[in-house]
Amino acid sequence: MAAVEELAAAFDAAQQDEGFRREFDQLSRSFSGRPTPVYRADRLSARAGGARIWLKREDLCHTGAHKINNALGQVLLARRMGKQRIIAETGAGQHGVAVATVCAKFGLECEVYMGVDDMARQAINVYKMRLLGATVTPVDAGSKTLKDATNEAIRDWVTNVRSTHYVIGSAVGPHPYPLMVREFQSVIGREARAQVLAETGRLPTVVIACVGGGSNAIGIFAPFYDDPVRLIGVEAAGRGLNSGAHAASIVGGRPGVLHGSFSYLLQDEDGQVLATHSISAGLDYPGVGPEHAYLHEAHRAEYVSVTDEQALAAFHQTSRLEGIIPALESSHAIAYAMALAARLAEEDLVLVNLSGRGDKDLDIVRGASGA
Amino acid sequence: MFARLGPERRLALIAYLTVGYPRLNVTPSLVEAAAQSGADGIELGIPFSDPLADGRTIQAASQLALQEGMTVVRALETAASARTKTDVPLLFMTYVNPILAFGLERFCRAAADAGVDGLIVPDLPPTESAELRRAADTSQIDLVFFVAPTSSEAGIEAACRAATGFIYCIAVTGVTGARAQLDPTLLPLIETVRRHTTLPIVVGFGISRREHLNALQGKADGVIVASALLDVIAQSPEDPASRVREFLTGLRPPP
Repeated sequence: MAAVEELAAAFDAAQQDEGFRREFDQLSRSFSGRPTPVYRADRLSARAGGARIWLKREDLCHTGAHKINNALGQVLLARRMGKQRIIAETGAGQHGVAVATVCAKFGLECEVYMGVDDMARQAINVYKMRLLGATVTPVDAGSKTLKDATNEAIRDWVTNVRSTHYVIGSAVGPHPYPLMVREFQSVIGREARAQVLAETGRLPTVVIACVGGGSNAIGIFAPFYDDPVRLIGVEAAGRGLNSGAHAASIVGGRPGVLHGSFSYLLQDEDGQVLATHSISAGLDYPGVGPEHAYLHEAHRAEYVSVTDEQALAAFHQTSRLEGIIPALESSHAIAYAMALAARLAEEDLVLVNLSGRGDKDLDIVRGASGA
Repeated sequence: MFARLGPERRLALIAYLTVGYPRLNVTPSLVEAAAQSGADGIELGIPFSDPLADGRTIQAASQLALQEGMTVVRALETAASARTKTDVPLLFMTYVNPILAFGLERFCRAAADAGVDGLIVPDLPPTESAELRRAADTSQIDLVFFVAPTSSEAGIEAACRAATGFIYCIAVTGVTGARAQLDPTLLPLIETVRRHTTLPIVVGFGISRREHLNALQGKADGVIVASALLDVIAQSPEDPASRVREFLTGLRPPP
């Protein structure tokens, strides 16, 4: 408790500090490669038929995904707090790589917890983190994926809280994490909103993003809250919602408490957290950020789900038609965008957060395609 | 529990058992063995899939108990059965989500009906506890809160204001698990907590040796022994009751 109170106070102070915001903005440009462009995906749009699809190119960020935005913000905050050691959990490895990258830049000790199953399916990212000087600690408990890595990171944090800052990678966890992650990620939505306005003279009809914990989604959604724009979060339906092998917390779960927040949760009747499945390690999490639960209940955002198979199809289509290999996570958003675009009018504009690139997923896709 | 420890304020010894560990139906006999071996109270841990405050020992015990088929309903039945074997206080420990899923009021009522005296919920901070507090009060069971070496003065005050029964003083900065040494910050923490409350102070996390009890005699009002007890059960799961007796009488020889 004392740790999150200390963190909340430090985050509030940093938010008020122009020097902090200037440093974050400056490094976002020079180190992370911001702003990322928006891109009109003509051939995907033509294939879908109907509305125009635009992609926010977070895949072009340094380290290959939006995760660097939050990693940079939180590590800068940790430096302000005088913490010498950084820990993180990771699922797909994108957050772990982003944190290891920022720690390398600042010369901070870094330890990343990762489920052993995820280490196997994302071996390249494990190697990258080690190259960057981080310690990758395997987590063999429970489902051996993101949830269990998060448990272990929290246990490390409560043990080493005086020296250590825990960089949570998604918009989950106790306050102030969901707020803080949204603030560091909302640069995505601020840029995209201005870029789409500048290039088309209008706002998008709908904004679509994939949702595991929900950091890229909350980052692109938040700057559109006051606009007449539909917001759609796409969860991982895995092998289908009825199969039980999925990770769709809002669509398929009910309210519960995990990792210090009250939100939607995949759980059995006894309140035990269920094992999840998604082809994308980054969506393979039984909870979801509490702000998404709020947006769902307030009917401000809609939540839908896309199966492994549909995401894989979108992965291949985006590669073939646009010359962009998307992350499997982002492929969920693209799959839904194409299905929706077909039902919308030609003058409608669908903005998709292409949250990361797919290099990390090549082995999985090759395996799934039997190539 | 504390009233009957006598005028010399003997340190209360609370033994922790994960319900359904090492086998589904063994817990009532372990409760009986512990009570006969000097335990002044029993903490019954209802296993949860994601025990954030627990180290390896209790994680493993929880996972095994869940695999054995332990549920909240079975834990309530187990407590009721244990209640017929002893009159020492029984406390439930579990995380907030299983209680939420069961229903706060329904859980507190069922726990009281089973003869459980109090409830410990490590992932429920005092600031979020109003609803469970009402349910616990209605069913007349205690709701215990934690203080830790990292707690601020305000955090200690909030825990002391919210708690009934006793204050659970965490002996380490970290998770549960047997430790060789007591943390040097523990005694000053106990003194700070005393200034905020007249409730008994019970120390847990890491307590595993007779020297720990000796060091806390006269300082704290009780100790909870958890992982160290489960560790000895794990060494010979075929006869856990004998291990519980040996360990507890070794920890504090009968007077």
